[in-house]
Amino acid sequence: MTRIGLEIHCQLTKLESKLFCSCKAEYRNLAPNSNICPVCTGLPGSLPILNKKAVEKAVMISLALGCKIPEKIAFFRKNYFYPDLPKNFQITQYNAYGPTSIGSDGKIIIQGKEIKIRRIQLEEDPGRLVYEGKSMLTLVDYNRAGTPLVEIVTEPDFETPKQVRIFLNVLADLVENIGVSDPYLEGAMRVDGNISEGDGNRVEIKNVGSFRDIEKALHFEITRQQSLLEREISVVSETRHWDDARRITVSSRSKEEEQDYRYLPEADIPIVLIRNESIENIKKQMPESIVAKRERYVKKYGIPAQVADVLSSDRFYADLFEKSHNERNAKEVANIITTDLLSYADTREKKLELKITAQHISDLADSVMDNKLTRNSGKQALQEMVKTGKSLLDVISSLDLGHVNDSGSIEKIIDEVFQEEKKAVTEARQNPDTINYLVGKVMKKTKGKADPATTLDILRKKLSS
Amino acid sequence: MNLGISATEFVSQAKDGAISVEEFVAKTLDRINRVEEKLHAFITVDSQNALAKSKEIDKKIKSKDKVGICFGMPISIKDNICTAGLKTTCASKMLENFVAPYDATVVSRLKSEDAIIIGKVNLDEFAMGSTTEFSYFGTSRNPWNIDYVPGGSSGGSGVSVSALECLGSLGSDTGGSVRSPASFCSVVGLKPTYGLISRYGLVSYANSIEQVGPMARTVEDVAFLLNIISGHDPHDNTTVKNGHVNYTQDISSGISGKKIGIITQMIGEGVDKEVVSATNRAISKLQELGAECIPVSLDAVEHSVAAYYTIASAEASSNLSRYDNLRYGFDFGTEGYEFKAFISKARSNFGPEVTRRMLLGAFVLSTGYYGKYYLKAQKVRTMIKAQLDEAFKKVDFLISPTMPILPFKVGEKIDDPLKLYLTDINTITANLSGIPAISVPFEMSNSGLPIGMQLFANSFEEKKLLQAAYALQETANLPEVPL
Repeated sequence: MTRIGLEIHCQLTKLESKLFCSCKAEYRNLAPNSNICPVCTGLPGSLPILNKKAVEKAVMISLALGCKIPEKIAFFRKNYFYPDLPKNFQITQYNAYGPTSIGSDGKIIIQGKEIKIRRIQLEEDPGRLVYEGKSMLTLVDYNRAGTPLVEIVTEPDFETPKQVRIFLNVLADLVENIGVSDPYLEGAMRVDGNISEGDGNRVEIKNVGSFRDIEKALHFEITRQQSLLEREISVVSETRHWDDARRITVSSRSKEEEQDYRYLPEADIPIVLIRNESIENIKKQMPESIVAKRERYVKKYGIPAQVADVLSSDRFYADLFEKSHNERNAKEVANIITTDLLSYADTREKKLELKITAQHISDLADSVMDNKLTRNSGKQALQEMVKTGKSLLDVISSLDLGHVNDSGSIEKIIDEVFQEEKKAVTEARQNPDTINYLVGKVMKKTKGKADPATTLDILRKKLSS
Repeated sequence: MNLGISATEFVSQAKDGAISVEEFVAKTLDRINRVEEKLHAFITVDSQNALAKSKEIDKKIKSKDKVGICFGMPISIKDNICTAGLKTTCASKMLENFVAPYDATVVSRLKSEDAIIIGKVNLDEFAMGSTTEFSYFGTSRNPWNIDYVPGGSSGGSGVSVSALECLGSLGSDTGGSVRSPASFCSVVGLKPTYGLISRYGLVSYANSIEQVGPMARTVEDVAFLLNIISGHDPHDNTTVKNGHVNYTQDISSGISGKKIGIITQMIGEGVDKEVVSATNRAISKLQELGAECIPVSLDAVEHSVAAYYTIASAEASSNLSRYDNLRYGFDFGTEGYEFKAFISKARSNFGPEVTRRMLLGAFVLSTGYYGKYYLKAQKVRTMIKAQLDEAFKKVDFLISPTMPILPFKVGEKIDDPLKLYLTDINTITANLSGIPAISVPFEMSNSGLPIGMQLFANSFEEKKLLQAAYALQETANLPEVPL
């Protein structure tokens, strides 16, 4: 059996300031070392000032993942030397002397599979090492130092890399949904994994760039470990790095697991008391959870469970749904989004390119429901709107998608079809099941604009006369 | 012009225009020039800026502009407290050329009240020591006898105040570093309650127990400085939001009817006989003033030195790990060094005492030893606090000699760290428990060396403590500094 656990680092990119100073939490696209101050560069004499908003947001994530929130939250120092760490210790949290991290002991159910959350902690991100061109120098940029980071550690409850991917997608949607982070910014959400096969030793996988890569790295590692075990070679307990270029994991020579971090309480930050009423307050500020949203879609609008599943766990489309639906057209809107639109734009990049607005979706759903447009034409119109951003009316006229439902013109077309398809007409008179062939011909002639019900009606009359 | 006036007297004379601030500052700089060769209290003297500032203040006084309540009072600052534009070396090679880009909160508060920062004063490297002998820039000398140590680690503060090189000083007290030099140099030094004064800009040594502390020649002066530097600071999460207290008001209200506990563990075995008899005389003087004195036993004190050195060293090992010479520090080539080699070479520039404590600290925090040492030390801390809470249910103050021994000769104990550590036994209780304690000059020994008395009060009872200290000060009759 494969057992996979994850360690996810998620930056709270939506905060105004860093975890312990007033520098910007969003450090990207700034000149190197321009987003720094005495506190985040650890100058002598500087002291950390805890960002209360970061605590609140981390509590939100913990609540959303069903974690217990302790009454007392404490910070610890993790001591190690590294040039990206200005103080040569990281202010983080540590549960070895009792649970004092933001959250612990949580769980989330993903497609029927329970994933337990060991702990959630708040900590500071280090700076970044930068290598430029062929220079031998290692440069350090401290713009990122002190960015609020939430570390989420799961139990080794995953059995397949696919479960991992689904979990990560849900987690990304969740933090986005809560409004604490933009998980798609480069480096905003980073994943390390640990994996063991059967009774074999545990291997840590680090340095994985993206969600897609973690899946690949896990697949590679499963194959590697299984083939070792098949040959009765035991798996070494070690840390391996994902080599993006070669698409394999490589044993890292550094003995990271042997490092003693000499944790000690961070006395500069007094213990934070979390009162029940403040948790209640935070709960009130939290947006509707994915589970609650899904239930509402099913109960209130009668949207099928599967459609509601897809819709509720995708922040972008859920928002679009919320803006475009009304009591009457909700089901149709959900349908358009989850079948037509989602198949058209399933990645973040594609979503960002969409020129479609809530108005487009709403108009489209209404037109289909009012029989002004066939489903088929609707699909065409949607594709055009997505590309051009033109209004539905403009698209209908420019693509000539207007619905034909006056029986006069449909009858004319049916007469033409009868002339051209004599054999089929005879067949249909004998076997009514083949009538769809004729409907198809009518649709082809009208480019899908003919109302299917009216067409069928007239066809039946003509065939039986 | 008498440089020996108190800070309080200086303020009243400068305010009335009875003395010129410029003249006072110039005379002070003269004196610094004359005595520094013998004393070595200062690491940096900021003559130019001090003079310029004094002229400015004189002008403001003459034209009746608004002047801060310090009226150009020359103050020295321990060199582990950051001053924008002026070096903050921590008496270490590691920060030999470090100039902080900002003022510590205590410094900016003094500046905004028109105090003049006349210079930065000596200390044991990173405040680790009790004699200043561990300064990278050399030992400071006791003005009462320059063969003797001035105490420490805020030795430069004690010397500069005592030798009339300034009117007051800010030191820092982690295990007695304000009170030890106050006692050895015959000045007043206060270790305030943890959280009363901002530590923003104080270079951390043991951040869970240390505080900035004012030092001056009188209790009123210390109260005056405390009024300025105390209070909540948004830059320090450990400062408390208590209402403003005026520490100088009613300072002479006396101690009649108050109860004082004599800590039996601090006048027993190992305490110098002269110190014991001075303490007994102090007790009878307080009794004459109407205080009731009773013995109080705090047996957790016996473990305090071990607990203190465990906790302080552990915190030091973490606090000082940032000194890797990557971002600031001293001149040092980068050629040919791999990271680990660079770090260990750079960090080999710490002095022996700092190295000793960092190694000890790293050891007590390492896996398998944390529970055995660090957690146990924290338990001692809790025990001491509990015993003090009990004691303060019965008494208003506690008393002990500040130092168990008289000042000793330079070099006498430097090779025996344990002996040096044991001299902290009376002072560290206040740091481990967070309570305030003050050292008041009381007598001179037969050999002419100062003996100070220490009073403790419960947390945030500085006002009461200063009243008691004032009463004790008024009973003392001390000579002028011989230098």
